[in-house]
Amino acid sequence: MMTLQPRSESDLSEAVASAYAAKTPLEIVGGGTRRTLGGPVQAADTLSTAGLSGITLYEPGALTIVAQAGTPLAEVEAALKAENQRLPFEPMDHRALLGTEGEPTIGGVVAANVSGPRRFQVGACRDSLIGVRYVDGQGTAIKNGGRVMKNVTGYDIVKLMAGSYGTLGVLSEVSFKVLPDTAHSSVLLFEGLSDVDAVACMCAAMATPYEVSGAAHLPVGMDGAPVTMLRLEGFEKSVAYRAGELAKALAHFGTPKVESDPDKTAAGWRYIRDVEAFAGQPGDVWRVSVKPTDGPKVAAAVGAQGVVYDWSGGLVWLLVGEGTDIRPALAGIAGHATLIRASASTRAAIPAFHPEAAPLAKVTAGLRAQFDPAGILNPGRMG
Amino acid sequence: MEMPAPDARILSRKAQVVQRLLTVLPKDAVIHEEAETRAYECDALTAYRCPPMVAVLPSNTQEVSDVLRICHQEGVPVVPRGSGTSLAGGALPTADCVILGVARLNDVLETDYDNRIIKVQSGRTNLSVTGAVEEEDFFYAPDPSSQLACAIAGNIAMNSGGAHCLKYGVTTNNLLGVTMVMMDGTVVEVGGAHLDAPGLDLLGIICGSEGQLGVVTEATLRILHKPEGARPVLMGFDDNEVAGACVADIIKAGVLPVAIEFMDRPCIEATEKFAKAGYPDCEALLIVEVEGSDAEIDEQLSVIMDIARSHNPVELRESKSPMESAAIWKGRKSAFGAMGQINDYMCLDGTIPVSQLPFVLRRIGEMSKEYGLKVGNVFHAGDGNMHPLILFDANKPGDLELCEAFGADILKLCVEVGGCLTGEHGVGIEKRDLMFDQFNPEDMEAQLKIKDVFDPQWLLNPAKVFPLSVTETRRTPIAAE
Ligand SMILES: Cc1cc2nc3c(=O)[nH]c(=O)nc-3n(C[C@@H](O)[C@H](O)[C@H](O)COP(=O)(O)OP(=O)(O)OC[C@H]3O[C@@H](n4cnc5c(N)ncnc54)[C@H](O)[C@@H]3O)c2cc1C
Ligand SMILES: Cc1cc2nc3c(=O)[nH]c(=O)nc-3n(C[C@H](O)[C@H](O)[C@H](O)COP(=O)(O)OP(=O)(O)OC[C@H]3O[C@@H](n4cnc5c(N)ncnc54)[C@H](O)[C@@H]3O)c2cc1C
Repeated sequence: MMTLQPRSESDLSEAVASAYAAKTPLEIVGGGTRRTLGGPVQAADTLSTAGLSGITLYEPGALTIVAQAGTPLAEVEAALKAENQRLPFEPMDHRALLGTEGEPTIGGVVAANVSGPRRFQVGACRDSLIGVRYVDGQGTAIKNGGRVMKNVTGYDIVKLMAGSYGTLGVLSEVSFKVLPDTAHSSVLLFEGLSDVDAVACMCAAMATPYEVSGAAHLPVGMDGAPVTMLRLEGFEKSVAYRAGELAKALAHFGTPKVESDPDKTAAGWRYIRDVEAFAGQPGDVWRVSVKPTDGPKVAAAVGAQGVVYDWSGGLVWLLVGEGTDIRPALAGIAGHATLIRASASTRAAIPAFHPEAAPLAKVTAGLRAQFDPAGILNPGRMG
Repeated sequence: MEMPAPDARILSRKAQVVQRLLTVLPKDAVIHEEAETRAYECDALTAYRCPPMVAVLPSNTQEVSDVLRICHQEGVPVVPRGSGTSLAGGALPTADCVILGVARLNDVLETDYDNRIIKVQSGRTNLSVTGAVEEEDFFYAPDPSSQLACAIAGNIAMNSGGAHCLKYGVTTNNLLGVTMVMMDGTVVEVGGAHLDAPGLDLLGIICGSEGQLGVVTEATLRILHKPEGARPVLMGFDDNEVAGACVADIIKAGVLPVAIEFMDRPCIEATEKFAKAGYPDCEALLIVEVEGSDAEIDEQLSVIMDIARSHNPVELRESKSPMESAAIWKGRKSAFGAMGQINDYMCLDGTIPVSQLPFVLRRIGEMSKEYGLKVGNVFHAGDGNMHPLILFDANKPGDLELCEAFGADILKLCVEVGGCLTGEHGVGIEKRDLMFDQFNPEDMEAQLKIKDVFDPQWLLNPAKVFPLSVTETRRTPIAAE
């Protein structure tokens, strides 16, 4: 058992090249906060990206930031905040849910395509990612994309790396398009809606010009009653105007409370983003991605102990009894289910990622064999 | 621009290939007479032409699959085609290829306003996607200037952008799923009405792959509700650098305009002569547009106008009515046409970091003198996607070659300052031989290996995107017996 901690991209290249030569599998670790996600990795040696740290370029006037993969996410977010900017996709913090410790890294965020409530309006991590540098399974350093936000030169490997969980390469540097932070935020809160009505309410909100940037529903809210949350962000007057218009447009769902206290609204969205409702609760956690109007069907089919809807109903978090495979119950609903939190034995028995149709599985296997011919990068994590 | 020599063995089996295609397609969908294949000899990069061996026009996914299976068995290269508006030669045939046109695949399959999606066949034009949902006040956001003609298929293959992508993103950010046929005829569904991939983001690599990984027959697209309104402001500056600084300050101030368009003096002068939009006599002009309700627009524009004033504009004109808005946009929208009035032109598409704008414009001006060819610059300043238009005379021997050399130098400059060769038009054949200026051999090999997985025989649009010298050993010279 060995931990490799390269300090530069060329160190990283060398480390992976030797592992390739020796056919030694590696578990890649950023901050280690989501290490229990996915299938258990079959590797004795660990490769840490902690030594690849630091923001390499930040141009607020060009809405661009570039950082080494091991840079703590907190450092990136602090630098952006100082210029009133932010990562648009609102990355989730998995620590409470998974009961892990450590500092999430920006490379880990990309490797897992981590996105939060704003994802359905501004896109996922992969949509803000404009460039990557990585070392493939033979130790070759490769770049794709760059630091400009419009780029169609060659294939978009940038997208492929986002969400590849370290199975295609070890990221050494990532670049993002960022957005201005918003001055003001208000949340419309509807109480007492059934799951089906709540999703109808959120979908109706999304079908207006008022730029809703968060739409979530808790069948059991913080005070025990169902609550539906709609977020508006922007300049203060504009938010107030849109809150009024949106309440009018949704009047048949009830009269919403409007919450504008910055601490309270931030806490509310953190609760959704990090699925705090399930933190510390016994049971397995699943994450299901469907079209929004199918959200309530998913919850009904599975009969979960706990449900949280985000993305207007399109993202369903489920808390279920230990060892339950929910996929058979979802047959007939288009989408996919990922096992996020479970015991090691369950994760060994039930694939974390939704099995792909045969021809796509063949493409995926082909790509992995090209990027990592010896199968040494996070073997087991994505099957 | 060099293209691979046609494979004589394939040409000699033309009759057999046509015969087999006729077993799976109606007669009028197989075009093989020389007079008729000429209709497919080029796309919008008209300097290069070559009629294909055969063109086919299937009407559904099954027919596309049958065609590809046959071509795969026969070892015939296939070039997918949407509407043929590519400016990069993406849809340019080779003499031994089958052009697979998706123009007959143009139905709307599903509209779902609750889930904000539309599912269409890929031959449908970009504008008619919005046309299908306009009644309900929805629209499809990516809006290439060619939107009246170009197909969703071409948009996906090129990952096309538009004037409003600063706010709404480009095609890849608005594409949720595709039905795609692989070269061997296998039909795959990638993505759908839900967000995010279950495993690797295959949709992400398919979008922008220039017809080299598979033939897209259907697409699920994100639709959005229209904004309440939009309004532009026009500002003129007597220095490119100041205009560039103004763009950066607007972005830093936290307003996110839907469009920031930039025109330089040669372009302003040309459009004034042609369209008489009443633009000021100045070095650089910006058109900044914001969206929302009237009050929201007022609030955003007041922030933007304050920033503009701090840069001493020679002109600052806020639109007060739809007529004034149209007047502000009139010159910008006719810019390409205006330049075309002066001469033939070549439209480049490199992207640069916004901070490099003044330097790059200065260098382009200097190079213009060295080459003795005029250039006008009109582009999307918010995202650094430049569109230098180089004027040349197609009837003058050597002028096209001179123009191409000048264009190559501009694109190399874009790469040198941290940008890229193409922001939205794609590589095609046009920028194929410049790829080594942006990528080293390993970077390129990583991309070639992806095509190896999707299309091991390299039959799909094989002579595009990568320099011919690097793909030579992969492109099948031997047709299967
Ligand atoms: C099955 C599964 C489901 C998940 N679901 C969600 C979700 O629903 N929402 C969400 O927001 N996040 C999700 N995540 C992910 C999130 O887990 C990230 O893992 C997180 O950002 C990690 O940050 P970290 O620095 O602590 O990374 P780590 O926990 O150290 O690493 C996270 C993953 O990325 C890999 N990795 C880390 N750094 C690099 C690098 N430089 N190059 C290549 N690979 C690297 C690791 O091997 C590991 O697989 C999921 C992850 C998994 C495996
Ligand atoms: C006047 C003018 C203005 C333009 N403005 C813009 C602009 O603002 N922004 C912008 O981004 N582009 C612009 N373009 C470029 C062009 O319109 C786009 O690249 C467009 O997306 C091409 O679409 P098409 O249907 O015409 O594709 P085609 O030209 O037919 O093909 C383009 C590429 O797509 C591939 N392809 C076609 N169909 C399929 C399929 N079914 N499956 C897989 N691959 C396929 C082809 O092989 C080819 O490589 C402009 C072009 C013109 C002429």
